[in-house]
Amino acid sequence: MSYIGRSLRRIEDRPLLLGKGSFAADCNAPGHLHMRVVRSPVAFGRILGVETAEAAALEGVAAIWTADDVAGLPPIDFRQMGLERLAPYRQWVLARHYVRYVGDPVAVVFAVDPYVAEDAADLVFCDIEELAPQLDATAEPVTFMPDIHLGLLSEPAVIRRGYGDLDAAFAAAHKIVALEVKVGRHTGVPLETRGGLAVHDADTDVLTLYGAAKVPHYNRDAISRMLGLAPGRLELSEGHVGGGFGIRGELYPEDVLLCAAALRLRRPVKWIEDRKEHLLAANHSRDQVYRLHAAVDQRGFILGLKAEVFTDQGAYVRTHGTTVTDLSAAMLPGPYVIPAYSVEGHIRLTNKTPAGTYRAPGRYESTFARERLIDRIATELALAPVEVRRVNLIAAEAMPFDRGIETLGTAVVYDSGKYRDLLERVLDRLSYDRLQAELAARRDRGEHVGLGIACFVEKSGLGPQDLVRIKVDGRGTVAIVTGVASVGQGVETVLAQICAETIGIPIERISVIHGQTDRIEIGFGAFASRVTVMAGSAVKIASEALRDRALETAAKLLQTSPDALRLSGGMVEAVGGGASLPLGDVALHLEGAGGLTGEGRFVAGHMTYPYGVHAAQVKVDPSTCAITIERYLIGYDVGRAINPMLIEGQIVGAAAQGIGGALLEEFVYDENGQPLAASFADYLMPTCHEVPAIEVLLREDAPSPLNPLGVKGAGEAGINAVGAALAAAIDAALQRPGAVTQLPITPARLHRILRGPQS
Amino acid sequence: MKPAPFDYVRPASLSEVLALLAKHKDDCKILAGGQSLVPAMNFRLARPAVLIDINDIRELDYIRSDDSGLTIGALTRHAAFHRSVVAGPLGAMLSKVASNIAHYPIRQRGTFAGSLAHADPASEWCLVATTLDAAIVAKSTRGERTIAIGDFFNGTFSTDLEADELLTEIRLPALGQGWRTGFYEFSRRAGDFALGMALAALRFEAGIVREARLGVGGVSDRAIRLRKLEARLVGGAASPQMIDTIAHEAWASVSPIGDIHATPEYRRDLVATAVRRALAEAAA
Repeated sequence: MSYIGRSLRRIEDRPLLLGKGSFAADCNAPGHLHMRVVRSPVAFGRILGVETAEAAALEGVAAIWTADDVAGLPPIDFRQMGLERLAPYRQWVLARHYVRYVGDPVAVVFAVDPYVAEDAADLVFCDIEELAPQLDATAEPVTFMPDIHLGLLSEPAVIRRGYGDLDAAFAAAHKIVALEVKVGRHTGVPLETRGGLAVHDADTDVLTLYGAAKVPHYNRDAISRMLGLAPGRLELSEGHVGGGFGIRGELYPEDVLLCAAALRLRRPVKWIEDRKEHLLAANHSRDQVYRLHAAVDQRGFILGLKAEVFTDQGAYVRTHGTTVTDLSAAMLPGPYVIPAYSVEGHIRLTNKTPAGTYRAPGRYESTFARERLIDRIATELALAPVEVRRVNLIAAEAMPFDRGIETLGTAVVYDSGKYRDLLERVLDRLSYDRLQAELAARRDRGEHVGLGIACFVEKSGLGPQDLVRIKVDGRGTVAIVTGVASVGQGVETVLAQICAETIGIPIERISVIHGQTDRIEIGFGAFASRVTVMAGSAVKIASEALRDRALETAAKLLQTSPDALRLSGGMVEAVGGGASLPLGDVALHLEGAGGLTGEGRFVAGHMTYPYGVHAAQVKVDPSTCAITIERYLIGYDVGRAINPMLIEGQIVGAAAQGIGGALLEEFVYDENGQPLAASFADYLMPTCHEVPAIEVLLREDAPSPLNPLGVKGAGEAGINAVGAALAAAIDAALQRPGAVTQLPITPARLHRILRGPQS
Repeated sequence: MKPAPFDYVRPASLSEVLALLAKHKDDCKILAGGQSLVPAMNFRLARPAVLIDINDIRELDYIRSDDSGLTIGALTRHAAFHRSVVAGPLGAMLSKVASNIAHYPIRQRGTFAGSLAHADPASEWCLVATTLDAAIVAKSTRGERTIAIGDFFNGTFSTDLEADELLTEIRLPALGQGWRTGFYEFSRRAGDFALGMALAALRFEAGIVREARLGVGGVSDRAIRLRKLEARLVGGAASPQMIDTIAHEAWASVSPIGDIHATPEYRRDLVATAVRRALAEAAA
């Protein structure tokens, strides 16, 4: 029976559907304290003092810490893409000398219940001399912390990348096309806010942090370093996770404070972030400006591209280091040939919440910029936008295609892809010419309707490696242990499908253990659409090792050769029929010799590059500036689909988030740096009313040659080009090419496009 | 997002409620549906020392209708209007308006009277009450008084209610033979507060408008009744040309507020669109 390629229901859903999930807030320990963070009420200022006496006097308060109480703790380090010159810009667990954003942790209260903790936090007085905030990442850099870091400016780094002869490209240009676009500040907003419970076991001297997500092994090591804990003294445990999207599970001040408090106060300590805190404290993302100049020939072929990118990094450089800007720089050229390219990516600090990665970091933004550029080229040369895309797309024959650029420490080499073929398939699915004629006829009748197309390349399967161990017990049940994490994306089902396929065992007998640092020594977590590629491949390798061992052992027991046997339905059986043996019996036989196990390690030096096309059809009501999405189609080549239903789920969910960022979600600040969208009344998430049915055209035309399954990641396909496709569709609906240059496309911004700037 | 400490009382009779109000005055708040108050308390924007829960006062849960109109008790939920509460145009209009209020679960708890007492300028019921010239009944240990809607709203989240008064009833005049209504609201998402909305009620006789009510909401610190424009509609046929003229004059007569969701210019254009669409529906 085949398991790979089938849309099986998720094996992890039973406890979730029964309301028996174990999320961070479900974790409790006898006598635990509740932590509450006191946050800066101002965007930028010098800390003159933090008065805690009144709060400390409140009944039920166990302790209050300020920066002085955690003076021995280092700042939070970079998980990836760290540079030495970024070090001074790291965030302390509690603010020192200066606060740099509204929400910056200044003090922390520990109390017997969350109500008392919040009452006490209210009584902590932060005496802050307010200073003028920096709120524009394109403005000249200013001083980071005036008298602490002399001369240190609010531009920690400039990322420079490029290849080819740009001067020659611009000298040969038929036309230079220029464009400036902006993507607003928004982020992933998981249903479950951050949180955790830290418990120290005095018997074993092991501290356990429950509520971990995304990268438990990395965070175990990082927190251990910060607290000076020897290996084995800290474990992280992941329960159910209500969404991650890149932001949840990164190491934040609160995680470190929880662990430090559980050790120092000798009591379990719990922290559950509330929604208001979440919108102020968890990583923001996006918030980039792109300035592009393209040298093009008469057909619209881009001879050379010169780009300047400004990333509003917020107050500090957090765990991601330069990741977002680095990915923006590397992925901006996307699916197009572009023989010469140079980019300068300015990472600029402002007095807003620090930023990090959010689903398709650097691609949602750069795809918007690039596809707006393609549309602009089409307009300026009076060509059809689709034609300009055809002219520029990399040909299938050019694969693998070396971009000549690096990101995340790996060379960007597109491993496989049939970009033009996928574009034509999407156009066919739309009946493109007929649809355009229909839309033109509707426009003639006075409707404002239009279609937008956007192409993209994704990246997935970031290494360096992952390890999987599989064991079969005497009952014939299988346990897969992996160091990757689950943020709700269906890890257990997908890994079980790969294992079931390889060792011929019913999927119901497989359990998957993930995100537990005490069960496996390494693990690289769940991000960068890496789990199916990395852990999936490791499961395949481990399953094959286990299968070979089972066949070899069974062959001896059945007095035959391994070649004459196969695994099926949980049995070892003779290929020609006859003798058979339950797999559990083989495991029992091997009990004295380490059991029936398999280990698989998959190492990857390169990422895989899936690709896709988004098509959006919208209707605009110019009287109200309402935008209705009439149709949304996503064509995507995932290389090989392990579970098509789960991939569609990933794509549809991501598309909903993309619509949020394109039309609704924005962290707006006033001129003093006060956040104006700090609740769900003002930070508008899309609901089922705003998200149309998303059509998915899932393809397996270009399997990856880089892993044994041929798979590529699926987590970010649905979000990547939403801003780009909707912008193009709105331009078309208004018959105003190039009108949209900023996301989100709010009614007020659309109003300005339609009526022009007023007053 | 945990509320500051407060005392909670759940009296069993109206007289007890009024006695508690007289005792605690500005230090207390009335809890009916709690759909605005409880979030405000969780954000610690509201910090009442005493919360008086009136949900046990069943005598406040009623809708009565007679020839003079509709009387709505203080515990009447938004959801009570999902189906028409009275035959004719008033019930149908209230039903349509109710479907624009927030989301289904919120409508099961939130109350008509609570919306008025809260006085959010983007509240649909505040627009209905203003446009239809509602009367508000307030009770206290000192007695009962009736407040004309024109005297009720003082501005955003501010009303004429005294600290010891409970809003017990709203009276809406009947819309009898010949009345037709129209309502249009625009919000960023389904269920959000209106960025602009309009309510129109026209009484026709032989194709001619004999009486008119026109109001807009979500625009400034309270719902606005456009009396001058009502007068212009009377005596005409509410033709498309007239509706355009009225919409333009509505545009010219308002000075909208700006916030992160809408600029004043955009809101002003929305007012014109909402007035045009509400009138067109009423005149159709």
